[in-house]
Amino acid sequence: MSNRISKKIMVLLAFAAVFFMAGSALAGDVIKIGASAAKTGPLAGGTAVTHWPNIKLWVHQVNARGGLQLKNEKAKIELVEYDDRTTPGEAIKNVLRMATQDKVDFIIPPYGTGLILATAPIFAKYGYPNIAVTAITDKIPELTKRYSSMFFTLGDTTAFAGSVAEILSKMRDDGKIGNRVAMVNVADAFGIELANAGRPIFKKAGFEIVYDKSYPLGTQDLAPVVKGAKASNPDAFVAWSYPPDTFGLAEQAKIEGLNVKAYYSAVATAFPGFAGKFGKSAEGVLGAGGINPDTPEMQAYIKIHKEVTGKAPDSWASPVTYASLQILEQAIEGVGSKDRKAIIAYLKDNSFDTVIGPVKFKNQNNEKFWTVGQWQGGKFYGVSSTGRPGAKPVKIKTGW
Amino acid sequence: MIEVIFIGLLLGGSYALIAMGLQLQYGVARIMNLANGEILVAGSFGAFWLYTGSRLSPILSIFLVMPLAFVFNWLIYRYLLRPLVRRAKSHGQLEVDSILATFGITFIMVGLMLAIFGGEYFNYSYLAVPFNILGKPYALNRIMAFLMSALLGIALYVWIYRTRSGMTLRAVSVSSQASELVGINVPLVLALAFSLGGAVTAAGGALLSMFLTFDASIGVVFTMKALIIVIMGGVGDIRGAIIAAFILGLAETAVASWVDPGLTLAAAYLLFILVLLFRPQGLFGRQSS
Repeated sequence: MSNRISKKIMVLLAFAAVFFMAGSALAGDVIKIGASAAKTGPLAGGTAVTHWPNIKLWVHQVNARGGLQLKNEKAKIELVEYDDRTTPGEAIKNVLRMATQDKVDFIIPPYGTGLILATAPIFAKYGYPNIAVTAITDKIPELTKRYSSMFFTLGDTTAFAGSVAEILSKMRDDGKIGNRVAMVNVADAFGIELANAGRPIFKKAGFEIVYDKSYPLGTQDLAPVVKGAKASNPDAFVAWSYPPDTFGLAEQAKIEGLNVKAYYSAVATAFPGFAGKFGKSAEGVLGAGGINPDTPEMQAYIKIHKEVTGKAPDSWASPVTYASLQILEQAIEGVGSKDRKAIIAYLKDNSFDTVIGPVKFKNQNNEKFWTVGQWQGGKFYGVSSTGRPGAKPVKIKTGW
Repeated sequence: MIEVIFIGLLLGGSYALIAMGLQLQYGVARIMNLANGEILVAGSFGAFWLYTGSRLSPILSIFLVMPLAFVFNWLIYRYLLRPLVRRAKSHGQLEVDSILATFGITFIMVGLMLAIFGGEYFNYSYLAVPFNILGKPYALNRIMAFLMSALLGIALYVWIYRTRSGMTLRAVSVSSQASELVGINVPLVLALAFSLGGAVTAAGGALLSMFLTFDASIGVVFTMKALIIVIMGGVGDIRGAIIAAFILGLAETAVASWVDPGLTLAAAYLLFILVLLFRPQGLFGRQSS
């Protein structure tokens, strides 16, 4: 009896051994890439548009052409995914787990400023390149100095606030609007930082801030806010807002008839869902981000994004997220191995061709990015950037 | 002034939609259902799907959403919660057990909705047009939600306080043991209260989806709001929940309009604390014996 069992165990062990050997023989052809970001929690709605589809698209494309080209062989990508539930603690745990347990070769950083900053020390400690996208902060110089493997791509707070002020200044100087600005912000790190950056910039540009209020994160009942803004009789309306309230503000503004000639809202204005919900009313709405949808690279990207993921990308961070993966891909292939140290050095020294145009990091920061876009004829065109070509002239918003 | 009252009433109507279902579930069936918000979001998804797929008005969609939610909640109660009810030796133990069990259900429901619909934001435009009352514009979809909320509230009130079957519900919420003694089928009434609560919550979700942007994991936001309202209103009395919802709506709107929109949450919690301090059993609650 026990003999029979031990025989069975022997057979099982033999099978196991064969499988393990087969596994390790294949392991040379695989690059393990880890990704941790929100699949649930407050940021899940954003990651589902901007973050995860691009990872899916990129992995699909690389594997479809046989994998990443290393020196001697092609290596297919094996993707490990974790949900950080939009909590920093979970995000840190996930990145730590990917670095120490899963022993992945590369890690795609999470989505959202707070989570990216929370996990940055782990990336640095274990020497992983950290090409961050959705982190907008004025602390880029300090952070890149502290973390030598960290790169920024989407821009800084002051540039975003400054561009809005510039656009409004130009409209005022052209005699299109007066100098009364109503400004609201979501009471969360992002909104507070932008409002604080924007206040002195607007004042310096000679604008009068006639309404300046914040509302708690997640507020969707914005009738009092929009009524208050309207009562202040503004020429321009600026909202440093997040996705649910970006939609809520626009709907309420439409109902109230807040007919300013310049209407700006921040995150999610560039989402395809914004035009989907508001249709023709979205025309002329200004928002954070922007792309140049007319370049052949961008058109090809939008087409393949729809084919592979089944939905359209947003017109701000989506292509930048994809570009960050293209940069990682070109750096891995440029070095020709999984040597993370060499790849970090490669990232610092080289220029990369991406869907958003050429990217060359200066002090680990991409200094050329879109800051403001506008819905024009059903497309979200970039109207202001810090050095990306193809900006369209700003149009006056004519009612909802 | 009048404008603020109108906006406050509209907001209160939304809050009543969020809280009435939980009131039935917690007040009568004694299940502190933390998955309440997920049921609400499921109702929103139902309305979204029916509206975008077959152009069915979200207001009419509640006639489909409600029966489905009723059956679904019946099944949850029958197979997941009933064993806990049987096992529980006291109200306290049932509360703790049901909190833990329904907390688990939230994860399952979020996962299911995520798998079926995906994680992005959902919204659509329905009746998003101004409707003038006394010369001021209000969103027509919010007015419709308010009217439906009032209709549901009145229907529940009439049923619970004016009919015989409603009386059994009240009897069970007062004392399940005494109810059993006078021949009420307590397990059936409990299951009915829980399922009806779920149906009302889902109907609320369907109506709120007309003007709220939602996603698969936003349910907890609604659960928290519903909890505050139910506890403020007094456990076990549907009138309490409705009145607490309107007080909250009016207070938040007044603070947002006259003080600062940033303080709406602070105002809501201040009210909550005041009620807990001076009337711990809630506005309409019974003094616990």
